[in-house]
Amino acid sequence: MPDITNELVELVRLTSTDLPKSVQDALIEAREAEAEGSAAKAAMVSILENVEMSRRNMTPICQDTGTPLFFVKYGRGWEPGALKAQIRAAIAEATKRSYLRPNAVDSLHGKNTGNNLGDDNFPTIHFQEVDGETLTVDLMLKGGGCENVGRQYSLPDVQLGADRDLEGVRKVVLDAVYQAQGQGCAPGFLGVAIGGDRGSGYLVSKEALLAGLHEENPEPELAALEQRITAEANTLEIGPMGFGGKSTVLGTKIRSSHRLPASYFVTVSYMCWAYRHRTMIIEGNQVSYV
Amino acid sequence: MSSDKFKRISVPISDEAIRSLKIGDSVLLSGVIVTGRDAVHKWFMDCFIAKTVPVSAEDAQVYEELKQLLRDGVIYHCGPVVSGLQDKNYRFVAAGPTTSIREEAYQGAVMEHFHMKGVIGKGGMGAKTLAACAKIPAVYFHAIGGAASLIAESVKQVRGVYKLEFGVPEALWVIRVEDFPVVVTMDSHGNSLHDEVQKNSLKKLEAVLGE
Repeated sequence: MPDITNELVELVRLTSTDLPKSVQDALIEAREAEAEGSAAKAAMVSILENVEMSRRNMTPICQDTGTPLFFVKYGRGWEPGALKAQIRAAIAEATKRSYLRPNAVDSLHGKNTGNNLGDDNFPTIHFQEVDGETLTVDLMLKGGGCENVGRQYSLPDVQLGADRDLEGVRKVVLDAVYQAQGQGCAPGFLGVAIGGDRGSGYLVSKEALLAGLHEENPEPELAALEQRITAEANTLEIGPMGFGGKSTVLGTKIRSSHRLPASYFVTVSYMCWAYRHRTMIIEGNQVSYV
Repeated sequence: MSSDKFKRISVPISDEAIRSLKIGDSVLLSGVIVTGRDAVHKWFMDCFIAKTVPVSAEDAQVYEELKQLLRDGVIYHCGPVVSGLQDKNYRFVAAGPTTSIREEAYQGAVMEHFHMKGVIGKGGMGAKTLAACAKIPAVYFHAIGGAASLIAESVKQVRGVYKLEFGVPEALWVIRVEDFPVVVTMDSHGNSLHDEVQKNSLKKLEAVLGE
């Protein structure tokens, strides 16, 4: 297996400093929607200036470079053990180059490791074996502000009047947006998992955020619900940074998983406006970044 | 960025300047400020306010220096990305705000203790901090969350660092800023933009859920 540490460092640099065009376009649309002279407009102007500046200077879009979340799909010839070692080496190198902030803190003693390498789950790496020989590495950087406003609901939720159906899902997701206010760095993106258990719910809610912004949900019912939630979230007038305004949520992605008869979890992962997600694909000697 | 609609405020800040600020005002801040977040606020509280933890001679010295820096000054809830750590030639690479509400338990007491005139952060704070803002007087300045490269540009100099043992994000960094763009979202007259937005959004939420 080749050494791809340098290619992984480049993946980290791109993810941290170069916001995907589709996200930037969504932010531009949000900027145009806000009223002239409002704090919301000023926030969106600053956000977009910052996006350009980060790309130009190769500096992190947000200082909270988050938990590095890797989703690795490996074909024949790739070894997860070696890949994990190279990912960890790449994270340490990217931290040295200031593409990442040292973020791994020992919960027991409060000590920051200084190189972003913590225990087995920091960085977080999910491996999946696939057919063929291609290696696909998705990286998402998700900061603590938005991670902290993620929520999990157990339906039925009497207080919210949310039953075990898509109408109930709609209610709790909108509640999550209300509860988050501006704390998750609105305007944000929602990853929603219906079903699973408490652990898989959060994982799938993050995997949902790996789908392209304009990718159509294959389940027509969920596609309709995504659109409806995004539209209704924007009627709450929470606005950029919670300053009040038109843009609160710029996209919703929902996935459904199997569940136990006794459980009906709805899990919401809130992604801040700095929706940092990139993909590296290696086919033979060809390395490409999306 | 056009600066005609901004008020310019220098740190240290006078009472008069603070009283003139209202929620929704866009401000460009200049002067020497100090970063501090979770570990710092707990340390302030434990060692110097509640005094439940004994203070080392070294920490007592740091405290004396911080008292000078924070009087009529501003604390910034920020965990920066800093380059030049090896040779102590520090430079802020990325320096946006972190979520402030985690400091709500401490902030009012910390502000009063040091006689601070402002807090910079994101997401706003609660009733205790708002009460302290009215009393001192002080304000809450909201920076643009995630605008880390842009804000780092307004950090002209890193003057020093205290308590680096807390880790880079949690240390107290003393920085000189020029034209740091912020919005006043909690003023010294008892007003909070966050309360207004939350109340309004609850009404709107009830409307969409009630369908």
